[in-house]
Amino acid sequence: MPTDMKRIFSPSVWSGKKFSRKVFEEMKTLASEIEKTRMKTINFMEVCGTHTMAIAASGIRSMLPKNIRMLSGPGCPVCVTSQGDIDRILEISRIKDVVMTTFGDMMKVKGSGGESLYDIRKERGRVEVVYSPLDALKISEKEKGKNVVFAGVGFETTAPLIAQTVIIARERKVENFYVAPLFKLVPPALKLVLSDKTNKISGFILPGHVSVILGSNAYSFLQKDFKVPSVIAGFEPMDIVRAINLLLYQIKEERAEVEVEYTRAVRPNGNKTALRAMNEVFKPASAYWRAVGEIPNSGLAFTERFGRFDAFRKFGVKRKSVSEPKGCICGKIIMGKALPGECKLFGKRCTPSDAVGPCMVSSEGACAAWFKYGAGNIP
Amino acid sequence: MCLAIPGKIISLNKKLAKVNFNGVTRDVAMDLLPEAKIGDYVLVHAGFAIERVDERQALETIKIFEEIYAD
Repeated sequence: MPTDMKRIFSPSVWSGKKFSRKVFEEMKTLASEIEKTRMKTINFMEVCGTHTMAIAASGIRSMLPKNIRMLSGPGCPVCVTSQGDIDRILEISRIKDVVMTTFGDMMKVKGSGGESLYDIRKERGRVEVVYSPLDALKISEKEKGKNVVFAGVGFETTAPLIAQTVIIARERKVENFYVAPLFKLVPPALKLVLSDKTNKISGFILPGHVSVILGSNAYSFLQKDFKVPSVIAGFEPMDIVRAINLLLYQIKEERAEVEVEYTRAVRPNGNKTALRAMNEVFKPASAYWRAVGEIPNSGLAFTERFGRFDAFRKFGVKRKSVSEPKGCICGKIIMGKALPGECKLFGKRCTPSDAVGPCMVSSEGACAAWFKYGAGNIP
Repeated sequence: MCLAIPGKIISLNKKLAKVNFNGVTRDVAMDLLPEAKIGDYVLVHAGFAIERVDERQALETIKIFEEIYAD
């Protein structure tokens, strides 16, 4: 039905133009009722970096009632990758005959020695930015004399398609393709944020596309074990504002449920084909989070059957314990303990063109979003 | 990084589809969404289709917006 599909993608619907007055009125009424009866400050956390960018770019932050704080969670893949793991990627990139392939976001992140993939590409190594892991596979098929490594950074949205690329590489008997598995999983990240009692999270805006893969049922622990309101939201301004109001209704009515606002894409059981690919190639494993450390079962490692694709195993590159960039509070920001404006380096020593830490380096880091679009009413 | 863009499948050949994103056509791997058909709108992340956009649900959401928030 072409007319209907036109409506479905109509910008005037999703930008909220037609609805903004009433939707913010509703938000204001709910927030002030909650302030009087339940809690003074409402802390919502958006867990996904793409939401962080959407919230900043749409100006939603500046429209929020004063008692709502939006915190950015551990959902920017580059930001949560530990400094020791960034160093391992750089170390592999320096090996002769390696072609490091990566999504663009990783290019400017600095290792503990101050060097980035961008620097390595300028000086001696070969680093290619790719749009899809399939592009990396194509390079390995074309250049048999090289060892092509994909920097496997991302969450459950990305891990299945890298798993599928590995399955394809195995079928085609490609022998010079490897993945450095640094994936992180969202449910353990949520548990991590909630297990810190100094965090007072009133509700989560859950990541839309991670949930496309996992399904809404994957979050039932939020309701059962933590009793925290949560809404899976899409990425258009209207999706996010509606999700905030759904969270406010839950608080007002003393409910703690996993609601789905992004119903046009998220199903209860997720994408089974994608989950099957991910579970065939990878298994849950310890992962190292920036400024947090090792969390059991919060990442992915290769299963034995696919072990020969593991870049860390192939090149024997071990993780060393290294310190965070001096003065950088990225680790606190991704756990909801601080806002970018509270960092002494923010906007002065640390800017997107000369960034100190990953929250400013990554285009979807909380600091980059604040710097680019302004912070609105900083609480 | 978890960006996914909706586009329409205009042709489908086994595991490879041509998807139209608002006028720009790209090859998209369909390995993770074998049930998709020509004419479906799909969400594409890093070269792979990951889910279909459910038309009925999208219209339902728009209806909710119209009913509660339209001026």
